[in-house]
Amino acid sequence: MREEMATREAYGKALVKLGRNNSKVVVLDADLSKSTKTVLFAEEFPLRFFDMGVAEADMMGTAAGLAASGFIPYVSTFGVFATGRVYDQIRSSIAYTKLNVKIAASHTGITVGEDGASHQSIEDIALMRVLPNMTVVVPADAQQTCLAVEAAAKHEGPVYLRLGRPKVPPVIPEGLPFELGKAQLLREGDDLVFIAAGITVKLALEAASLMEGQGISAAVVNVHTIKPLDEALLLQLAQKTGAIVTAEEHSVIGGLGGAVAELISENYPVPVMRVGINDCFGESGSPKELLQKYGLTAEKMVAAGRAALEKKARVY
Amino acid sequence: MQAISAATVEELRLKARKLRKDVITMIYEAGSGHPGGALSVLDILVVLYYKVMNIDPQIEKNPHRDRLVLSKGHACPALYAVLADKGFFPPAYLSSLRKIGSPLQGHPDMRKTPGIDMSTGSLGQGLSAANGMALAARLNQSLYRTYVILGDGESQEGQVWEAAMTSAHYRLDNLTAFLDYNGLQIDGWIRDVKSPEPLADKWRAFGWHVLEVDGHDYASLLEAIGRANSYKGAPTMIIAHTVKGKGISFMENQIDWHGRAPNKEEYEKALAELEH
Ligand SMILES: Cc1ncc(C[n+]2csc(CCOP(=O)(O)OP(=O)(O)O)c2C)c(N)n1
Ligand SMILES: [Mg+2]
Repeated sequence: MREEMATREAYGKALVKLGRNNSKVVVLDADLSKSTKTVLFAEEFPLRFFDMGVAEADMMGTAAGLAASGFIPYVSTFGVFATGRVYDQIRSSIAYTKLNVKIAASHTGITVGEDGASHQSIEDIALMRVLPNMTVVVPADAQQTCLAVEAAAKHEGPVYLRLGRPKVPPVIPEGLPFELGKAQLLREGDDLVFIAAGITVKLALEAASLMEGQGISAAVVNVHTIKPLDEALLLQLAQKTGAIVTAEEHSVIGGLGGAVAELISENYPVPVMRVGINDCFGESGSPKELLQKYGLTAEKMVAAGRAALEKKARVY
Repeated sequence: MQAISAATVEELRLKARKLRKDVITMIYEAGSGHPGGALSVLDILVVLYYKVMNIDPQIEKNPHRDRLVLSKGHACPALYAVLADKGFFPPAYLSSLRKIGSPLQGHPDMRKTPGIDMSTGSLGQGLSAANGMALAARLNQSLYRTYVILGDGESQEGQVWEAAMTSAHYRLDNLTAFLDYNGLQIDGWIRDVKSPEPLADKWRAFGWHVLEVDGHDYASLLEAIGRANSYKGAPTMIIAHTVKGKGISFMENQIDWHGRAPNKEEYEKALAELEH
């Protein structure tokens, strides 16, 4: 899967592979199987696939029951309907119960595009992260999605997998080990660290290159698991660089930026700048235009990097 | 409401034909959208907006205007075409559908589009909002009516049935609901995916006054709305039997046309069909 591919597509393919190796894996969808790509699993394992119709709350509860009976349900729909639409079903029947349900949400973030704000989840990481027992994973590319799907199956307990609609290029070097909860240092640097997840990993690498041209040495770390956070690595990078920029296709409130700010302010206070959606809903448009308009670009990250460096100079 | 004349039927037929062209053109120009469900609901909207509803684009926010909640929000190109034709906003807006900065969002947005009474897009929520509007009319002693349109796939959402109990419990006879019963959702025929049938019996069991009509027959629709609006003591559900993709032969009853835009060739073929 070293090709340009949407993470939802990689998810569909990985599910089929998983289904062949593990007869306990079952898949549920809510009338979006062609979009979430669970249709690939449905075609090969029709008896282990349940289309619940447009009934997300029912789907979450059914998955909880299957998990309580020894199965490993992967549950899919768009991010908005996989989280906020069914929040108490997840909270009460899946998180509180610590049941082995894997919620794989496609079409997250603003790159959903033309469907508009009603379909763009910009708060799902925050919603899932605040739930006890929940693991939150945001794969950066197709290959990493496959690894995350497998790792989620091996992990006992609820997992939220955040997937996207558009094609994304490979960004994680081949062969880099993947372990839930272990962030990946993709680029060393001394002055500043970009902490990214999902589509912003590529932007962070670009931003670091741009800053290198300006004589600034920026590290880049891929935090594919937002919960549990790799506190050891992030604190080490905070100590080494003294300036942090987080970047995510999500609200600046409560997501990766929120998680990092919480960790840093309690343990090693250094400036943290958060790049993300600035507490507003999205709108219809092409993914590319939306990323530009809502400030998810390498240039914006460079600017945030400069701001973090300025604050660092003032603080010390 | 009196019997409808042949001239009125012809007037509505011509109007619907023009609006179908607008719908297809909008979705073609946007490059994405939901033609199937927009074409199945269009005739219901035409009857409501041209023959029934008390609305005036000049006093858009008149507190006594009739309300419409398009609970199956993805069908909004049909509603946008109607609202533009009625003068709620310039027809030129239609070309901006789904584009960045547009007042016409991919799903209805009451804060961006004149004439939209409720934002929708997440299925299953419209009837609850319509109940709220109908309760407000009662509190304000206003005579406006609230109309709400649901999809048949949407009927799988539990909230629809919570709301159904609310409307019946409060005897909201100032509310009329429509079910756009085209038999299709995204993953297939509703009876194959997860059957919500028998729908008429369910609504009746939930305490509603239920009527069934051909959702593309203007005279039947108008007659049913007349009966619904004069019915006392319970809300009315008009089950409108429709055809997804209605009016464009190659889109009719095809799941493939739930949510994709026509290419140039398909677009021209569709327009040519609508000439007749
Ligand atoms: C809560 C929610 N879940 C899923 C979707 C995605 N979705 C959009 S349309 C649709 C199918 C709706 O079928 P139906 O109500 O029959 O609509 P129609 O056939 O009239 O287009 C689905 C699942 C959504 N918009 N909202
Ligand atoms: Mg339908």
